[in-house]
Amino acid sequence: MKIARDTWLVFQRYFGLFVRNPAWIVIGVVQPLLYLILFAPLLKSIAATPGFPSGGAYNVFVPGLLIQLGLFGASSVGFSLIAEVRFGVIERLRVTPVSRLSLLLGRALRDMLNLLVQSLLLILISLPFGLSIHPVGLLVMLALLALIALLFASISYALALWLRDENAFAPLIFTAALPLLLLSGVLLPLTLAPAWLRAIAAINPLAYAVDAARAIFNDHLTDLSVAKGVLIMAVLAILALMVAARSFGRAAA
Amino acid sequence: MDVVHREQRPLDSVMIETRELRYTYKTRRGPVEAVAGVNLRVDAGDLFGFLGPNGAGKTTTLRMLATLLPPTSGDADVAGCTLRREPQQVRERIGYVGQRGGTDPAITGRGELVFQARLYGATAEAARKRADELLTMLELEDCADRPCGSYSGGQRRRLDIGLGLVHRPPLLFLDEPTTGLDPQSRAHLWDEVRRLRDGGTTVFLTTHYLEEADALCNRLAIIDHGKIVAEGTPDELKRQIAGDAVTLSVAGDPQAALALLAAQPFVRDSSAEQGLLRLYVDRGETAMPAILRLLDGAGLELQTIALTRPSLDDVFLRQTGRSLREQAA
Repeated sequence: MKIARDTWLVFQRYFGLFVRNPAWIVIGVVQPLLYLILFAPLLKSIAATPGFPSGGAYNVFVPGLLIQLGLFGASSVGFSLIAEVRFGVIERLRVTPVSRLSLLLGRALRDMLNLLVQSLLLILISLPFGLSIHPVGLLVMLALLALIALLFASISYALALWLRDENAFAPLIFTAALPLLLLSGVLLPLTLAPAWLRAIAAINPLAYAVDAARAIFNDHLTDLSVAKGVLIMAVLAILALMVAARSFGRAAA
Repeated sequence: MDVVHREQRPLDSVMIETRELRYTYKTRRGPVEAVAGVNLRVDAGDLFGFLGPNGAGKTTTLRMLATLLPPTSGDADVAGCTLRREPQQVRERIGYVGQRGGTDPAITGRGELVFQARLYGATAEAARKRADELLTMLELEDCADRPCGSYSGGQRRRLDIGLGLVHRPPLLFLDEPTTGLDPQSRAHLWDEVRRLRDGGTTVFLTTHYLEEADALCNRLAIIDHGKIVAEGTPDELKRQIAGDAVTLSVAGDPQAALALLAAQPFVRDSSAEQGLLRLYVDRGETAMPAILRLLDGAGLELQTIALTRPSLDDVFLRQTGRSLREQAA
């Protein structure tokens, strides 16, 4: 099928570019590693606080960290697309019969793979520190992360094609990502939050992903929050994909 | 068989035909009509030039024909397919070389050619063969395995053309192909373009360089403010201005000289621009002595006189009242 072939070709191109530039992987992993090594140990003492969810400091902190990695990593992918528009690459590709959806999907698959590799690395490193996860739970977690990557990468690409300028894109992404992050329970669990904050967080889709992630790490795979988190991310990801695919079809500079 | 069109359709002799093509940009200051009803015809085998100053609508028209922009209204047939209803089929039959090229600086020339060939349906094997062929044809073998970012301007432009030709399209669009190139690279590129035309490819190029349009194209259209103001072969267009141009200046007010000379039967047209009189005459070699005698007889002092064969700048000046050369400066 043409879309499958085109997507594979596009994925190969961007994967090749990525592999030739290992700096990206290193940058991606160093930041969460710093959180893990320099911050997480502080949580051990708060873990005893009433209202702190059970499971041990790492089982509460790492899922949130993974989601944060997904959010910021995937949101930043638009920068490289803006550069490509400027080089004329997107224009050149749009004149070929390549499917517009593949132009997006090939890139997004690369981004998803990137996040999954970084996440696995992080989980592996956390295991000796006290993190525990069931193998099935790991697969579900990776699936959730893949959906998060797809969602935020698609949004990032759509915004990049709309703005076409790094100076406008950067502040928009970071200003939008921060409240999403703070209101999702990533840094500290929302069970510690006052009622009004929790109410606002209820409309943040990312908060459901964080709840799902925590449930997964606590081996509560049949918990409703897992299904909710995965479903919400899946639906949003598909919507974002459709919107972003259309942007590739429109006059992108 | 390697790279091939997905669906063979017989080509007739008209490669491009547009009907009242229009494009309006929506800007913050209101709608801007960049292309205001363009009707053109390009035959198979033409090396067609689309000439005009910056902002005339050339690139917008080109991008519509290359399926990058949907026309605001009007339609076109490109390479035997209708633009609006069959853009995907048009894409399979055209090559496009944009102003910015379109290569990723981190990928090698060979890598880009192979990727491009595969997008048109080639197998990995066929794509590699085609890339080798093109690299040899475009004299890029030495730098083929270096990243495109390290290429010189001329090398990069040749690679861009290679990318447009990977699937052997019957029609190639070139958007300002020699802008920014040094004279030697430009000459090489002109040879390359002529070779393409000789090989049967129809070429549609936009340019704001008069010499380029004159030297390469067998048919031209001149566009200004979104409308075609002149169309034909370079010779036809120049003949339209009826002959040679005599440019002269006189001491004092040129109006008396202008009035005297404009009334002469051998002067087809005349104009005065910044103290210079420009006369379009049938034959410059007989007109000049006559002009000298007339001015002498009227007591007007001739300061400078020059004879030029008609150029496309004259055509442009005639049609729009402005000099294209000054626009490009």
